[in-house]
Amino acid sequence: MAVVETRNLTKIFKEGELGAVNNVDLETREGEFLVFLGPSGSGKTTLLRMIAGLEAPTAGEILIGGRVVNDLTPRERRIAMVFQSYALYPHLTVYKNIAFPLKAQKVPKATHKEKVEWAASLLGIDALLNRKPRELSGGERQRVALARAIVREPSVFLLDEPLSNLDAKLRLSAREELERFHRRVGTTTIYVTHDQVEAMAMGDRIMVLNKGVVRQIGTPKEVYDDPADTFVATFLGSPPMNLIESHGLIVGFRPEHFRSADEVKDGSKLVFKFLVENMEYLGAESILSGSVVAGPARGKKVLARLLLGQPFAIGTTYDFAVAERHLKFFDQTTDKKVEPRALAWQ
Amino acid sequence: MAVAQTSPARGRIKSIGAAQSPLLGFAMFSPAILYIVLLIGAPFALAIFFAFTDARIGNPSLHFVGLENFRSILQSPSFHKALWNSVVFTVSAQIIVMVCANILSIALEKPFRGRGLVRFLILLPWVAPVSLGTIGWKWILDSIYSVITWVLVWAHIFQPYNAPMWLGEPHLAMASVILVHCWRLIPFSTVILLAGRTAIPREIPEAAAIDGAGFWRTLFQINLPMMVPIISVALLFGTVFTFTDMTVVYILTAGGPFDSTQTLPSYAFATGIDGKDLAAGAAVSLFLVPVLVVIAYFMLRLAHRAEVN
Repeated sequence: MAVVETRNLTKIFKEGELGAVNNVDLETREGEFLVFLGPSGSGKTTLLRMIAGLEAPTAGEILIGGRVVNDLTPRERRIAMVFQSYALYPHLTVYKNIAFPLKAQKVPKATHKEKVEWAASLLGIDALLNRKPRELSGGERQRVALARAIVREPSVFLLDEPLSNLDAKLRLSAREELERFHRRVGTTTIYVTHDQVEAMAMGDRIMVLNKGVVRQIGTPKEVYDDPADTFVATFLGSPPMNLIESHGLIVGFRPEHFRSADEVKDGSKLVFKFLVENMEYLGAESILSGSVVAGPARGKKVLARLLLGQPFAIGTTYDFAVAERHLKFFDQTTDKKVEPRALAWQ
Repeated sequence: MAVAQTSPARGRIKSIGAAQSPLLGFAMFSPAILYIVLLIGAPFALAIFFAFTDARIGNPSLHFVGLENFRSILQSPSFHKALWNSVVFTVSAQIIVMVCANILSIALEKPFRGRGLVRFLILLPWVAPVSLGTIGWKWILDSIYSVITWVLVWAHIFQPYNAPMWLGEPHLAMASVILVHCWRLIPFSTVILLAGRTAIPREIPEAAAIDGAGFWRTLFQINLPMMVPIISVALLFGTVFTFTDMTVVYILTAGGPFDSTQTLPSYAFATGIDGKDLAAGAAVSLFLVPVLVVIAYFMLRLAHRAEVN
């Protein structure tokens, strides 16, 4: 059963301007963790806000549990949302923050204490119940916001960049906690982020958005290994996919597949003369950047990602290659993926 | 941190020249001190002084009478009436102003066509000189020319011969005085509350909506509690303006009919200036002090708390 569905959903803020969200068709699966991924201004938050009922769509339909909810207020949609800023009620204690949805939805008062304590213990904030939000750290606030969302056991969770206000170290542990939390409660979750690592790590499926248009929906493996267009190809992966134009086509390959020619053994391969111009040593890996100095791709900038600290020198040209099965092909005019084809290259 | 920074900074300024001489600081500060001493301190001291004498306008002789003025005031029914009226006037005006200013600030928060014009119109009563506005109201409420009465008669709600005398009947007069004062004060409070309301992050009422709160719950459990500091500012200022104001009373009713709208300031004026009994007037006005001291205490505490946060 699809929990959240959108049909042709469109939002235009100003008439005559490009829509913030354009004709989005979407269907979540029961219990899945779906990530909306895109750069800022891609419409991912607007899409989420429309699902939540905070923004009215210009066109299209939103269905929750098979029912059209376009005209329902947020409270009638029975969803829970965690905001980027957490939006905790600053004048209420943690306990009252978590109990607020229960009060607002007229859950019998006798059960409040039990439910609040259940939610608090699920997130390990039992000891904070009498504090005010301003006395909490960023990570604790995030947990309170999650507890407030979970307490009335909603059918859908909407999370709007909940990790972006945390520092890098905390973000990693909070991410892991969120994953574990989702596995335990199993509620359908829609998660908005601009961070492709977060999306890859957490998502059962990823929906990549750009300029309000869905570019691809698929598992992390699908969107990474088989990107639908050049936007998806370059937005996911760090460093991004190398793209080289050739005969009306764009040929793409990931930096980790671009290696010293004698290391690429299996099957046919594409060989480049690669002039190393810069090298970044990152501990577990090194990033080489440089340009192709011969052949049809001459002058193109490319990146290589090497797992071992192999001895390459800046300013020297090497033979580098990509196995043909790692090549991706895109149409040069539409940027869309096309079938692999033999390259008349060398 | 501030302590660590002062000493090198001070050393540097000294080396630049005499710019930091204590005299300059005093000179810069003196206009404020002069203003307070001459225009506030001196009359205040004079009022305290007069309150213990038998000073009268036009009578050069002056004797100390101790607490005699206060004793006779406390026994005067007019004073009791004025004190009670002041309380009624202040409390009811504040309640009406707060409710109306809240409604207006909610209405004016979201953008709509012509919002700028509406905001401007709402602010007008505050910008207009008090006396001018009140004189306008005096005509609107006049016993013969009142447009309100005219409309009520025209609509057959009242007969011309038994139409209400807005300023001529004790309760109606008090209500009129309160309403005119509210008309004047609402713009001020609306602007303050509007600022407080827009300072609430947008996500917080949104989160409340998603949590299932309707309009009233969001208003009373989220927005208003978050606006408490700014509402207290509006309330304290409004209380001071109302409690010390005599313009509206003086112009509309001059305290009448039969002292029914007399408040402490207007009674002090009526006794001390109109009645030429300067000493009694000063003593009456001193009764304002304890109330204002309490309000000032809360204002300073609030300002301090705002600074700390």
